[in-house]
Amino acid sequence: MSEYILELKDISKSFSGVEVLHNVSFTLRPGEVHALLGENGAGKSTMVKVITGFHQPDNGEILLDGQPVQFSDTRESRQAGIAAIYQELSLFPDLDVAENIFVGRHPITTGGRIDWRKLYAEAGKLLDSLGVQLDLRQKARNLSIAQQQIVEIARAFSINARILIMDEPTSSLTLNEVADLFHLVRSLRDKGTAIIFISHRLEELFELADRVTVLRDGFWVDSCMLKDVTRDDLIRMMVGRTISNQFPKLDVCAGEVVLKVEHLCREGVFEDINFELRCGEILGMAGLVGAGRTNVARAIFGVEPATSGSIILADEAVTITSPQQAIKLGLAYVPEDRQHHGLITPMQITSNISLPTLNRYANHGWLQGKKERKASFEAARQMEVRANHVQQLARELSGGNQQKVVLAKWLSTNPRILILDEPTRGIDVGTKAAVHALMSKLAAQGMAILMISSELPEILGMSDRVLVMREGHVTGHFYRNEATQENIITAATQDVRAGSCQ
Amino acid sequence: MNIQNTAGEAHKKATTKKTGFWMNLLRVREAGISLIILILVVLVSLRAPAFLTADNFMDILMNISILVIVSLAQTMVLITHGIDLSVSSIIGLVAMMVAFILKQYPGTPIFSAVLLGMALGTVLGSFNGLVITFGNVPPIIATLGSQSIFRGLVFYYSQGTWINSFELPANFKLLSKGTPLGLPNLVIFAVVIAVLVYFFLKYTRTGRDIYAVGSNPDAAQFAGIRTHRVKLLVYMLSGLLSGFAAVLWASRFESAQTNTALGFELQTVTASVIGGVSTSGGAGTVPGVLLGALLLGIIQNSLTLVRISAFWQMAAQGLLILIAVISDKYILERVEKIKK
Amino acid sequence: MKAENSQELKPETLIAEKAEHYSLSTLFKHWEWMLVGLIIAVVLVNTNLSPYFLNANNLSRTSSDFMEIGLMMLPMVFIIVTGNIDLSVASNMGMSASFMGLLHNMGVNIWVAALAGLLLGTLGGVLNGYLVGRVKLPALVVTLGTYAFFRGLAYGFLGDQAARNYPPEFTYFGQGKVFGTLVPFSVALFAVLAILFGLVLHKTTFGRYLYAIGNNENAAIYSGVPVSKIKFRIYVLSGFISALAGLILAARFGSTRPDNGTGLELSVITAAVLGGLDINGGKGTMYGAALSLLLIGLLKFGMGLMNIQSQVQSMVVGLLLIISILLPHFVSQISSIRKDRIRWKSILAIVAVVLVFAAFFAFFFWSRAAVIASV
Repeated sequence: MSEYILELKDISKSFSGVEVLHNVSFTLRPGEVHALLGENGAGKSTMVKVITGFHQPDNGEILLDGQPVQFSDTRESRQAGIAAIYQELSLFPDLDVAENIFVGRHPITTGGRIDWRKLYAEAGKLLDSLGVQLDLRQKARNLSIAQQQIVEIARAFSINARILIMDEPTSSLTLNEVADLFHLVRSLRDKGTAIIFISHRLEELFELADRVTVLRDGFWVDSCMLKDVTRDDLIRMMVGRTISNQFPKLDVCAGEVVLKVEHLCREGVFEDINFELRCGEILGMAGLVGAGRTNVARAIFGVEPATSGSIILADEAVTITSPQQAIKLGLAYVPEDRQHHGLITPMQITSNISLPTLNRYANHGWLQGKKERKASFEAARQMEVRANHVQQLARELSGGNQQKVVLAKWLSTNPRILILDEPTRGIDVGTKAAVHALMSKLAAQGMAILMISSELPEILGMSDRVLVMREGHVTGHFYRNEATQENIITAATQDVRAGSCQ
Repeated sequence: MNIQNTAGEAHKKATTKKTGFWMNLLRVREAGISLIILILVVLVSLRAPAFLTADNFMDILMNISILVIVSLAQTMVLITHGIDLSVSSIIGLVAMMVAFILKQYPGTPIFSAVLLGMALGTVLGSFNGLVITFGNVPPIIATLGSQSIFRGLVFYYSQGTWINSFELPANFKLLSKGTPLGLPNLVIFAVVIAVLVYFFLKYTRTGRDIYAVGSNPDAAQFAGIRTHRVKLLVYMLSGLLSGFAAVLWASRFESAQTNTALGFELQTVTASVIGGVSTSGGAGTVPGVLLGALLLGIIQNSLTLVRISAFWQMAAQGLLILIAVISDKYILERVEKIKK
Repeated sequence: MKAENSQELKPETLIAEKAEHYSLSTLFKHWEWMLVGLIIAVVLVNTNLSPYFLNANNLSRTSSDFMEIGLMMLPMVFIIVTGNIDLSVASNMGMSASFMGLLHNMGVNIWVAALAGLLLGTLGGVLNGYLVGRVKLPALVVTLGTYAFFRGLAYGFLGDQAARNYPPEFTYFGQGKVFGTLVPFSVALFAVLAILFGLVLHKTTFGRYLYAIGNNENAAIYSGVPVSKIKFRIYVLSGFISALAGLILAARFGSTRPDNGTGLELSVITAAVLGGLDINGGKGTMYGAALSLLLIGLLKFGMGLMNIQSQVQSMVVGLLLIISILLPHFVSQISSIRKDRIRWKSILAIVAVVLVFAAFFAFFFWSRAAVIASV
C-alpha cells in the first residue's frame, strides 16, 4: 500500500499544439484537504479533467493506490471512486433538482426499475445535511447560480467517493453556506476521504486545507504544508514575481455626471439600483457571482432591458432597448464571457473589430475592404495585439490577445461610457497589467468607466468608488479611501430584505 | 408527493405551496393541448353528431396508431436534440422488402415477418446512428441524406413495381385489422408500445440518460454517461419502431408501394412538437405525444365530418400547428412570469 | 481553460496589416476545389459514357429543370449561413403558383395574377420572418408548420384542378430562350440573381452580418447587429424568391397543379449543404453553392441519359451528401488514432458492424433476385 492514494507523475497535456500542462507532478494522501492554487489559465481545471478521465494525458502516469491507471472517460474514474465538481456548472436544465443529483446513478429497485421514491427521499436527506432548503422538483433551469452550485456539491457528496475534487465550489455562496460546506468537507476528511480543493479565496484555503500545490502557466511550482507559508508567499508563487506597481491607478478629478441610474429594476433579477457615474471616474462593482451585476450592465446596454426605472445620460432620460441604440448613445460594453458574447471567434480579427462600426466602412451597404482593414489594423496596433496579421482568425489568439481585440473593437466606437465586465478574467499577468494601465489612461482622458470584477484586489486597486451588490440589490457603497476587503465582503454576503419592483 | 402520479413530470413545473389548483394545472405541459382537444371535440360534436360515436372514435384511433408508434420513436430522437427525417423512407423500404418476402413465401409465419421488419429497420436506423455519432454528421443532414438513400433503395429493390392486396396472405392483413382482444390489433400495438416507451423513458437509467444527453451534452459526459452510445441507441430504436410500423403499414393498407409513407416524417415531427417535445432537446413526454397525435387525428377526422373540403384540410392542419406552437410559447412565458 | 500563447510569431512586428500573400485558397476554399474536381470528373465520365452528354441542345433543355431549385437555394444560402432553415420554400412555391393559377382560371389578367402570386409568396415569407425573427420561435418548428400550411392553401386554391392555358408571353419565362442564344430565360435569370446574391453575401455589410449571426448570434447582438430585423428580412426574401420560382415552374410546365414542387425543399437544402454550407451556420460561400448545383445537375443529367430512375439518382446525391461530410472527419480521426490506445473491444465492434451490414445487403440482394425474376 502506498502512502498516496493518488499520484500524478510528469503529466503533460496539450490542446492543438499548445501545452497546457507541462510535466506536472502531484500527490494526494488519504484524509487530507489538498489545495490547488494558480492563476486563471495556470492549468488547474485541465489537471482536474485529466484526473477524472475527461481528458487523457499526452505523457506521464497516473497512479491510484500505487497502481497505474488509464481512465478513458469519467465513468471509469467514478467507478474507481473519484468524484468531481467542475468549474463550469454542469447541471441538466430540463431535469429537476433531485434527479440532477443522481443523474446516471438513479437508485434501482430489486425489480430493476428506477426507484423514484427513494431518489427523492435521499436527495432530500442530502440537502438537509448541507443545511439548504430547495424544492426537489424544481427544474434546474429555474435555480439561481448559488442554488445550482449547491446542487453540484450535493451531487459530488452523494457519490461517496474516496477522492473528491472541488473546482471553485464556493464562488457564489454566502458566508453561511460556505461555513456549512466546510463543516461537511472536514467531516469527510476525518473519515479518510482525500479532497482536492480549488479556490481563489486564499483565506478559505488557510482555513480549510492541509497542503497546497501551486501551478503557474502549466508548470508545477511547489507543494508545501499550508502552515509553513504565508499569504504573500503563495501570491509570489502564483504570479512568479513580486509585482510592484500592480494597479497603476492615476488620481483623477471626476467631472460631471454622465450616467445616472435611478430605481432600475428587472423583475426577479435586480431591484432598485441607483448610482451615478462621472467622467474620468472608475466605478467598481463588486459582489459574488450571480449577484446581478452583469444583469445591471446588460440592462444599461439594452441586451436585456430593464422593466422599470430610468437611465439618464448627461441629463437626458433615455430608454435603451437594444445594443444598437446603446452604441449610438456612446456606450460600450466589454462582456464577461469573451468566447460567447465578446468575440466571434471563427471570424477574422478585422471583422471582429469593425462589427459595431461596420457602416463607417460601407458605401450604401457595399463594404470597402481596404478602409475597413486599415482602420482595424490601426485599432489593433494601438492595443498592441500580437498576431501574425489582422486577417487571422480570432480563435487562434491567446486569451489576453483576444481581450485586446475586444477592447480595440469597443474603443473604436469612441464611447463616452465604457462598461467592463471582468476585464482581466483568464488572461496572463502581462496583459492584465496592460489592461489596467489602459483603464487608468482612458479615465484620465475623461472616459467614464464602470468596472465589474470579482477579484477584490482589482476592485480595490482600480476603483475610485465601489458599489457592492448582493442578490440583485446594492448593499454597499464605498469611496476609495474607505473600501477595504472586509467591508466589501461583508456587504457582498449580508442578508437582503426582499422588495419588489413597482 | 405521490411518486406514481408524476406522469409527464419532465414538463411539470415544480409545485409550490402558494399557487392554487388551477395554476398547477396550467403548469402541466399537457394541459394546454388537452384543452384544445376538448374545445375541438365540443365544437365538432355540435356540428356533426356522428363525431361522438364509438365507431368514429375507433376510426380515429385506427388512423393514428401508426403515427403514434413512429412519433414515439421520433420523440426519443428529438429529446437527444436530434431529428430523424428518414423514418418515412425506412417504412417504405422495410414495407417493400417484407411484402416481397411474403409474396414469395406466403407460408412465412406472421411473427417472423414482424421480426424481420424490426431487424431490417434496426439496421437502417443504426446506419443513421453511426453516421451521426462516429461520423460527426449533423442529424438533420445525415437523415436527410439517408432519406433519399433508403427511398432510392426502394426503387432499386422493387424495380418500380408494387405489391397489391391479392399478393399478400390473408392472415398478414389480419395482423393490423383482426380484433381478437375486442379492439383492432393495430390500436393494441400502439398502446403496448406507448406503455413500453413510457416505462423505458421514466423507469430505466438509459431512458433518463436520453434526457440528460439532450439537456446538456457536456454535463452528461461529465456525469459519466456515454453520450455516443445513447445517441446510437435512439436512432436504432427509431429504426426498430419504424420497421415495426412498416409491417403494420403494409398490413393495414394491404400493399407496398414505392411511395409508401412519403412525407410521413414531417407528420411525426409535427405530432411530437404539438405534444410539447422541444426541438432543442431535453424535454418531451409520452402522454404529450399521444395527445399530439390524437389532436392531429381528431383534426383530420372532424374536418371531414364537418364537410370541409379535403383540399382545405391540410391548410387547416398547418394553421393549427402554428397556433399550437405559438400559444405554447406564450403560455410558458406567462407561467414563468406568474411564478416570479 | 483556454490555451494561452498560441501561434504568436514575430514578436518584433506585433501585427501585420495584411496576410503575406494572397493565395487562391483565400478566395476558394478546399471545398470549392473539391467540387470543381468532382464536376470535371462527372463531365469526363459522362462524355465517355454517352455521346448525347455534351450536346448543347440537351444541356440547354436540362439546365432549366434545375432553376427552381437554384432560385430557392439563393435565399436558403442566406438563411443557412445564419444557422437557420426554411422548410417551407417548396410549399410556398406551390401556394403562390396555385394562387396565380386560381386567379387565371377566374379570368384575371395573367400579369395581375402573377403579381398577386408574388405578393402572396412574400406574405408567406413575412409570416415565417415574423415568427422566427420577432416571436423567436425555432426556425425548424415554424417552417415545418408553414410547410403544411402553405401546401394546404395550394390544395385549397386549386383542389384537384389544374390551371392551364397560360398565354405564350407568360410561358416564355419558363420555356423561352434569351434572344438569339440557346440559354433559357430562367437560366439567365438565375445567373443574374446568383451573382447579385453572391455579391450581397460577400461584399456588403448585410452579408457580413449574416456570417456574424451564424457564427455567434449572441456576440452579434452584443455588437449591435440588428439580428431580428435581419432574420425577418431573409425570410421575406425567401418567400419572394420561392414565389418567383413558382411562377417560373408554372411557365415551364404551362400549367399549375397544387402538388407542384412537393419535396423540393430537401433538394434545395441538399444543394446548399453539398456546396459547403454548415447547417449550424457561419460557414460556406455562394460559389460553393452554385458549384454544387452545377454538380448535382450534371450528375442527374448524366444518370438520366443512362436511364437511371430519378429516385436512384437522388440516392446517389444523398450518398454524396453524407460522404462529403463524413470523409474529412474520418481522415482526421484516423490520423489522430494512437496505436497504444486501440482496444480489442473497438475492433470487435467494428467487425460486428461490418458483418451486420454485410448480412443486410446479402439479404437485400438475395431477396431482390426473386423480385427481378418475377418482373
